[in-house]
Amino acid sequence: MQQPGRAAEIKANGIGKSFGSFRALDNLSLDIGRGEFLTLLGPSGSGKTTFLMILAGFVQPSEGRLFSDGVDITDRPAEQRAAGMVFQGYALFPHMSVEQNIAFPLKVRKKSASEIKKRVGEMVERVGLKGHEKKLPAQLSGGQQQRVALARALVFEPGVLLLDEPFSALDKSLRGQMQAEMKRLHQETGTTFVFVTHDQSEALALSSRVAIFNHGKLLQVGRPDEVYDRPANRFVAEFLGEINMLPVKGVKPADNGATGLCEDRAVNMRCKAEAIKGDAILAIRPEDMSIAPEASANQNGIAATAVASTYLGAATKLDLTTRQGARVTVSVPNEVAAAALSKGNSVWLTWPAEKGFLLPDGGQ
Amino acid sequence: MRGTLSDRMGAALLMAPLLLFLILAYAWPFLGVVKWSFTLPTPGLGQYHALLTDELVQSVFIRTLRIAAIVTLVSVTAAYAITVVWVRGSPVQRVLAEFCILVPFWISVLTRAFGWVALLSNRGLINTWLQSIGFISEPLTLVRNEFGVIVGMSHFLIPFAVFPLASAMRSLDERVLLAARGLGSSRMRTFWTVFVPMTRSGIIGSAMITFVFSLGFFVTPAILGGGRSVMIAELIYLRIFQSPDWGLGAAISVVLVVFVGALMALLFRYVKPKQLV
Repeated sequence: MQQPGRAAEIKANGIGKSFGSFRALDNLSLDIGRGEFLTLLGPSGSGKTTFLMILAGFVQPSEGRLFSDGVDITDRPAEQRAAGMVFQGYALFPHMSVEQNIAFPLKVRKKSASEIKKRVGEMVERVGLKGHEKKLPAQLSGGQQQRVALARALVFEPGVLLLDEPFSALDKSLRGQMQAEMKRLHQETGTTFVFVTHDQSEALALSSRVAIFNHGKLLQVGRPDEVYDRPANRFVAEFLGEINMLPVKGVKPADNGATGLCEDRAVNMRCKAEAIKGDAILAIRPEDMSIAPEASANQNGIAATAVASTYLGAATKLDLTTRQGARVTVSVPNEVAAAALSKGNSVWLTWPAEKGFLLPDGGQ
Repeated sequence: MRGTLSDRMGAALLMAPLLLFLILAYAWPFLGVVKWSFTLPTPGLGQYHALLTDELVQSVFIRTLRIAAIVTLVSVTAAYAITVVWVRGSPVQRVLAEFCILVPFWISVLTRAFGWVALLSNRGLINTWLQSIGFISEPLTLVRNEFGVIVGMSHFLIPFAVFPLASAMRSLDERVLLAARGLGSSRMRTFWTVFVPMTRSGIIGSAMITFVFSLGFFVTPAILGGGRSVMIAELIYLRIFQSPDWGLGAAISVVLVVFVGALMALLFRYVKPKQLV
């Protein structure tokens, strides 16, 4: 069992990478804490994988420095960094058995045969592969191959574990199972985990912090609830989940935040002082809005007409159009949606002040 | 995956001309050779009995197997090095390697054999040069022996040995090599413990092709061996055109074809045909 103290602390300082004229990563500075579970989230081509490859040492940054526990490792080749890595598609050695795959990093480190046997045995047990030791990767299911890849990357107790979209090839139920397993391994080993994904729900479910990338830039880093509830800009807001955007006019400071006009009605919002400047975008998550027959004058609310619904089982997704033509989606209990649709005329959309947040106008 | 019936009929039709040609120009005449081996000069198994007792025939068989084995080892090793550069080198290295692989195909086997004679003979380029710098006083015997045959045959076969290797190296998942390095393995160690084992099917295919080709070589050993290191194909030629002992020549041919057929069957148990190109 590994001591949490062995987990690495990583500091990226002004990292940039160009491939020819393509700017893959731009001036990225990021501190990754000891034992943290950090997710790099973004669409393909956003620079998240490039950053992971730079952390692993497979890609050399064009500028900037990288530190591990205060030591500059920018020029250190991959094989001399103590990083475990799990690849997309696992990248197991096809000609080696499960046991030999897991033993590989220990053999490279010239550990004694008895120690290798002991640690491989422990690792096989920990990831639940007992009885499969002699099998070749091709004889295993996707989930089992994933476990071998995790075991191989963790067996030498690396200071940091890098994971490149490890679950992309698994079906949905297996994915959930492996996510839980990975969370458990993170707690047990105490190692720093850096995880790349383009799946926002995976990012929110697993991480202690999420770093959101787009077009080679790091847009925001924060706890899952921070980035979800208080996104720094429109891209982050939209990437993390469905969101409604309503224009507000004449935003000015008020008690506890700001006030402004949305569809000619006064609305209250929580926001930082610097976001307050005339016209802006008010963003509200679909699950934070509710349907009401009336809205009192001191309540946030706008009038809208229900146009379509999508039954999702636990709830219904309802599409509405506001008086001024904005499209809004809300997630509401099934019977509420049915009632709103059957009425065919105007309903009120309401939301608590603390659930609406301002994005600078244009939202970019 | 299996195609529909009409797909398979279409494929059969497209292959029909080649198949017909092989039957008319190869299989049918070969049946005649088989017939000779049992009927000339007298009907019976006499020629096969002679094969088992004739020391000359046996020594030629053993020499052929030995040369084929050495040529295979030399060709596959050299081809492996060239293929690594061809598949994984820098753009300039790739072009150079491709040039080295393709140029030999444009020069006839006869020309190349005589080229080697010019290089390796007692008064050839190599001996003249070595003597002129005073490295040797007497010329080395580099040709009209097994050494010359092995050099000439390897040179001819290296390009053929390249293709199965290239196919194996191209289909290899790059991430597996990255994984090995990420786990702490040096480039050297990654090459020997991951890269080479993962190209195993290519090595088997390459070795089999080279070995099978080597067994039937005629022109190169005839010229570079100078009659002193006769291989099977030359022996068949001598029995049929010079002895003339058609029955024995035919029997040797049959044994060679059966042996090569068995090797090919073995090859295709381990390697799929599409892995060879």
